[in-house]
Amino acid sequence: MIPLNINGRRQDVDLPVETPLLWTLRDELGLTGTKFGCGMALCGACTVHLDGQPIRSCVTPVGAAANKKVVTIEAVGNAPVGRALQDAWVDVGVPQCGYCQAGQIMSAAALLARSARPTDAQIDEAMSGNICRCGTYTRIRAAIKQAAAKRGAAR
Amino acid sequence: MSAPAGRAALVGAEPAASPELIVVNMSRRRFLQGIAALGGLVLAVGHPAAARAQAAKKFGADGMPNGWVDDPLAFVSIADDGIVTVVCHRSEMGQGVRTGMPMIVADELEADWKRVRVAQAPGDEKKFGNQDTDGSRSTRHFFEPMRRCGAAARTMLEEAAAERWKVPVGEVEARNHEVVHRKTGRRLGYGALAKAAAARPVPARETLRLKDPAKFRYIGKGQVKLVDARDIATGKAQFGIDTRLPGMLYAVVARPPVYGGKVKSVDDAEALKVPGVQKVIQIEDSPPPAHFNPVGGVAVIARNTWAAIQGRQALKIAWDDGPNAGYDSAAFKTTLEEAARKPGKVVRSDGDFAAAAAGAAKRLEAEYYVPHLAHATMEAPAATARIANGKCEVWGPFQSPQATRDLVAKRLGMSAGDVTVHVTLLGGGFGRKSKPDYAIEAAVLSRAMDGKPVKVTWTRDDDLHNGYYHTVSVEHLEAAVDAQGNPVAWLHRSVAPTIISTFDPAAKNEAPFELGMGVINVPFAIPNVRIENPEATAHTRIGWFRSVSNIPHAFAIQSFVAELAAAAGRDPKDYLLEVIGPARQVSPDALGDTWNHGESPERYPVDTGRLRRVAEIAAREAGWGKPLPKGRGLGIAAHYSFVSYIATVVEVAVAGDGTLTIPRVHMAVDCGAVVNPDRVRAQMEGAAVMGVAAAMQGEISFKNGRVEQDNFHTYQLTRMAEAPREIRVHIVPGDYGKPMGGVGEPGLPPIPPALCNAIFAATGKRIRRLPIRDQLKA
Repeated sequence: MIPLNINGRRQDVDLPVETPLLWTLRDELGLTGTKFGCGMALCGACTVHLDGQPIRSCVTPVGAAANKKVVTIEAVGNAPVGRALQDAWVDVGVPQCGYCQAGQIMSAAALLARSARPTDAQIDEAMSGNICRCGTYTRIRAAIKQAAAKRGAAR
Repeated sequence: MSAPAGRAALVGAEPAASPELIVVNMSRRRFLQGIAALGGLVLAVGHPAAARAQAAKKFGADGMPNGWVDDPLAFVSIADDGIVTVVCHRSEMGQGVRTGMPMIVADELEADWKRVRVAQAPGDEKKFGNQDTDGSRSTRHFFEPMRRCGAAARTMLEEAAAERWKVPVGEVEARNHEVVHRKTGRRLGYGALAKAAAARPVPARETLRLKDPAKFRYIGKGQVKLVDARDIATGKAQFGIDTRLPGMLYAVVARPPVYGGKVKSVDDAEALKVPGVQKVIQIEDSPPPAHFNPVGGVAVIARNTWAAIQGRQALKIAWDDGPNAGYDSAAFKTTLEEAARKPGKVVRSDGDFAAAAAGAAKRLEAEYYVPHLAHATMEAPAATARIANGKCEVWGPFQSPQATRDLVAKRLGMSAGDVTVHVTLLGGGFGRKSKPDYAIEAAVLSRAMDGKPVKVTWTRDDDLHNGYYHTVSVEHLEAAVDAQGNPVAWLHRSVAPTIISTFDPAAKNEAPFELGMGVINVPFAIPNVRIENPEATAHTRIGWFRSVSNIPHAFAIQSFVAELAAAAGRDPKDYLLEVIGPARQVSPDALGDTWNHGESPERYPVDTGRLRRVAEIAAREAGWGKPLPKGRGLGIAAHYSFVSYIATVVEVAVAGDGTLTIPRVHMAVDCGAVVNPDRVRAQMEGAAVMGVAAAMQGEISFKNGRVEQDNFHTYQLTRMAEAPREIRVHIVPGDYGKPMGGVGEPGLPPIPPALCNAIFAATGKRIRRLPIRDQLKA
């Protein structure tokens, strides 16, 4: 059994250790908010936080997540940064099809956790691994800035 | 794109003629009573009698298979607590239709948006009307029917209140989720009236009072948020790939790498040893034409997707590659070029090109190439099927739920009535998910697993290797100009394998719907025009990709006009306006366009005044003519498609090493009146990015019949830093009494030529072959 801590909850899985965390979350634990896009860490749709760091769960073996804290889109809103981003996503009307947006928000949440008021260059850098085929990039940028501004104002 | 008239028959979808009135079930007491499960809403009205009586060609919504339905009993239910549920029968793939359609109903219904919920219709066109979500037509075809749905339900509520109060119905009025008696100020909420309203007859269509557009609360306003935004942002939204059923098994399929290929032999011994793998099943191949059939192959069924992928890797398959084993896209480009340099089938001829060209001051010519493209929806195709008691249920992201239902039924040997198609959110569509091959795979595999639920997931390489690709084309243009550099004669030879080849391998010419996408129906003020279409043979599955043939046509035409301007030493914007000519309405018939996006030529003439206006707006907003620093440039393009008029000005910055960035894009759109302006803006923004992706990086190439791109490292899509930094959308105000245009697709075609025209302005380098990729570095 592999001991996992998913969104603050202890969950053990009986799987080959090389099984990607992505498929563990989606197929075994029913957390389908984390999306499959490429399987090669190229598109960012599968982004989750592992001990606070954004990682691509499609190439992260579940064994590497043992005894670490995994946070997915389903729980990122429990933290103020995640919640602020989700609100901004709704307010700005970021999503089109919405499929990539969980990964986008997870990357953005990790960014705001380390840089409260990121510059455009920092946003580009942090979001460069996340593809949106619908092309919502200008709104993603606007929503990140809005969430950062609101967080700043609340402080 | 819109289905060509002939495609419905090819697909085996329902014929356009639909029964007049089908009363399936008379449980009228449950109408309007919170039956969100849809099961109880049962009366479906087909085409209007007038349209049916007309043996002549039908246009617009009337011309779609199964037409439209405007029955409130099919679309609206109201629970005792007043919650209004509106059914959305079109598929949501990011265009905002699950917000837009209910907005229309809610506005006429005088519903309070906060108390409106949206339910997704299953595939059932008899009940809901056409559900084939493509061709940029949901809003323009369903605006009026959805208004009538809302108005009819509102009328029933008003009548129920009047009856309750024993007052003339003229004294009552629905306002914000309640009915008010004007004289006394008495009020009754919708929940309290729902039952009585349900007992009333549906008012006749011609008696309905539609709102004065000046009184719209939601339509055309900006305050409604996307209904799915919160679920999307919190990971709750359900896409096709997210389907989970008790006891569900997971499948991936090894498909023939070459179109028309099949399995010669398979050794599954190692695959079956992979932990979690349960079974290996061969899917019967479907020889070309592809139609919407699965291409066959070998499926691995497992406990989870990962185990299935591992099992597939362990399969040893020998393929018979079939007749397309030699398909090589580099060689094919030459084949197309050769065809484009010889005369072909004449599809339009005005005046006398040859004579005019012979007497002209100067002749110019250019050729433009656009390769195959893959839709690469972020959610690759995925579907789940379950069979029990002689009935099949399918879940997935389908643009054409009725075709999915019919084709699954056909493959399983069931009647369509025994197949239920549940439509999830689509993680991108762009035309790929109009083709339900993946649903048929799921159904076939469920049957092979004794009806157990099976989810088929396509991996990214599956998606790129077994797509329905955007065609590949060479556009050959020639112009003869007078002493001032104005064109007096125009020749365009368009050569591209047709989408029809996917249904009829003998088809070698572009179909009317492809020619009608901006090549035959160019409304330029040029007296001598000759459009030719030499033959081309398809060697892969060709399908429609967002905006379809408009992409190569607009790229070539709008680039060539800019080239003519440059040759004449003229400003490209002024020159473009001059080529478009004075404001006038041109009949599509006069241009030889028999298709006209399925719309009536009388209601939808080509309006050069509208095309001019968007070009002028985009130029003005972009500050056309302003001084720019070195390495910067503006490019303009204007294109008419999906009965909308769009112009764009792209600003580029090209660094010394050829690195290109796009600081700004302006898009002016005239799509007639607008339901949800924020989504119109969003669609333009998205189209700009997709257009940049197609222009900069997009290419699917073939070698030995196989696609050379496997994933996003070789099929690159635009990322944030490469996307336009700023996209400003300017919407021309429309009139709700006039015909609407499309929005989802027409933003894309002008982007690649505007981008390349901007590159020319910035660098003097003319791009004629897409993708641009490293051409600026050379």
